Amino acid sequence: MENSTIIRIEKLVKKFPMGKGEFTALNGIDLTVGRGEFAGLIGPSGSGKTTLLNVVGSLDVPSSGSVTVLDHSIGELSAKEAALLRKQNLGFIFQSYNLFAVHTVYENIEFPLLLLKYGPAERKKMVLEAIEWLGLTDKIRSKPPQLSGGECQRVAIARAMVKKPSLVLADEPTANLDAANSHNILKTMEVLNRELKTTFLFATHDEKVISYLRRKIFLADGKVINDERVTS
Amino acid sequence: MKLAFKLAYRNLMGAGLRTWLNVIVLSFSFLIIIWMKGIMTGWDHQAKIDMTNWEIGGGQYWQKDYDPYDPFTFSDSHAPVPAELRGEIDKGDAEAVLIAQGSIYPQGRMQSVIIKGINPGQNIFLLPTQKLDTVISDAIPSVIGSLMAGNLKLAIGDRVMIQWRDRGGTFDAAEIYITDIFYANVPAVDQGQIYIPLEKLRSMMSLEDEATILTYRNAEEGRPGYNGWMNKSKAELTKSVDELIKVKSAGISVFYIILILLAMLAIFDTQVLSIFRRQKEIGTYIALGYTRKEVVGLFTVEGTMYSVLAALLSAVYGMPFLAWQAKVGWTMPMDASQFGMAMAQTLYPVYSAGLVISTVLIIMTVTAIVSYYPSRRIAKMNPTEALRGKAQ
Repeated sequence: MENSTIIRIEKLVKKFPMGKGEFTALNGIDLTVGRGEFAGLIGPSGSGKTTLLNVVGSLDVPSSGSVTVLDHSIGELSAKEAALLRKQNLGFIFQSYNLFAVHTVYENIEFPLLLLKYGPAERKKMVLEAIEWLGLTDKIRSKPPQLSGGECQRVAIARAMVKKPSLVLADEPTANLDAANSHNILKTMEVLNRELKTTFLFATHDEKVISYLRRKIFLADGKVINDERVTS
Repeated sequence: MKLAFKLAYRNLMGAGLRTWLNVIVLSFSFLIIIWMKGIMTGWDHQAKIDMTNWEIGGGQYWQKDYDPYDPFTFSDSHAPVPAELRGEIDKGDAEAVLIAQGSIYPQGRMQSVIIKGINPGQNIFLLPTQKLDTVISDAIPSVIGSLMAGNLKLAIGDRVMIQWRDRGGTFDAAEIYITDIFYANVPAVDQGQIYIPLEKLRSMMSLEDEATILTYRNAEEGRPGYNGWMNKSKAELTKSVDELIKVKSAGISVFYIILILLAMLAIFDTQVLSIFRRQKEIGTYIALGYTRKEVVGLFTVEGTMYSVLAALLSAVYGMPFLAWQAKVGWTMPMDASQFGMAMAQTLYPVYSAGLVISTVLIIMTVTAIVSYYPSRRIAKMNPTEALRGKAQ
């Protein structure tokens, strides 16, 4: 499974307008990520990690080059097709959780299933299953402002995982967490990766996250400078 | 769409007080607009009923020269009652009224009046004409309205001189005796008018068997025409009320517009603020699989739902209020008789399903437009910047 390619990036360039000129955030990236990988984009701020994650997540488009995710060429997708790809196949985990503050834990996790039009019974089963994976059973009726940072991130993971996506993109998922919570979260994601065979792609510069990765892709100035696989 | 409604409902309920403040403001608008429109409709109904009962019955035949707005026509606007109408008059289903111009001399002053001769036994009008069926030596029994009595400072039992010109143009005078003073919501039957027995006026004017107006009881269509008489249907005679209400309604709609604008301003502000404050949420919706257009739809539905909740809230506290108002009416703080139009002191609002549905639909449509307008910005938002809460 790990060998079948889920992300293929060729000569990716991403530029942003800046003042009268342009800023090149990604400068000729070539990369492939296989199914079931637990990989991370590692680099300092401004190295292009988040930009690359956004393009892979079809939230942004390449300026040139090609990005193919699950056989969909990101640059050629319409807004509707890109939304469909995200809805069906991608899960997102953000640094600041991005939970819906006025929804309960249950409703937050249920949201992707509502978009996918699952029936009420199936939705309930899947949400409760995700809540159980993440150990949130006693927080089911709580709202995000009532939760700790670690609990919020667990809800965000549950929301990303509930539909069992092929690929989860996690942008600095432990940046707002203490060490203990970070390890808990990472262990959880590692277990989900192993058990559900979900591909995880992180953007991080956190040593704690890096220590869990089985593949480390180092970026600097919009380029891949090193690509290491950890053999355990 | 169903999902948008579900999410919009969750978002609104989750927003708590902010939602309810908007909903309460909007529900006041609903209630006040429905109530005020109900008052206008009630006034319209009441004015027509009062006109029917006091002035026009089911319709009238006017002698061809009669013009109520030109008193100089009164001396010539009389003709024998058509023979075809006599049966109806005998049965009490039609009444003849003779009109003459004259002068009255209260407390040594002189004032023009319209002298109306009416059958004391009539029961088409609510006028207390039975009080004319009185024999008073050396005076003519007469009834007047409260406005007239107030203007002339006359009371029941007073005697006052009137003067008139008969058919030959000869001036004559006699004393009248006020046997009753009536109160009517229709100034047209009160101001400047004296009612005396029909036969007495006919003999005073030397116009035996003649009349100026013939009023029939039932407003059936297709009444025959009579030579020298103009048939004025009830609809034609109440047209002025319709026009008056129309003008008043147009004036009051300015008030509705201000009310709706205030409510819409609150919703517009909330929407603009929401879009600014909820950028991360918008970005998250997109990341989870919504298109930007769908997010615009969600925010528009969310804004429009304020009016749905407001309609429901209005129904909860508004229905008992509106029902209570329909029962007890609204008594105006000032004297309605001074307005110079058919208006009761207490107006009873009348609500129709059409009134409620149209008000709800209009407010919902306006709310949807006001909600959509600021939401269009979302369509131009960069999702990656929205996710970081940095979209412009």
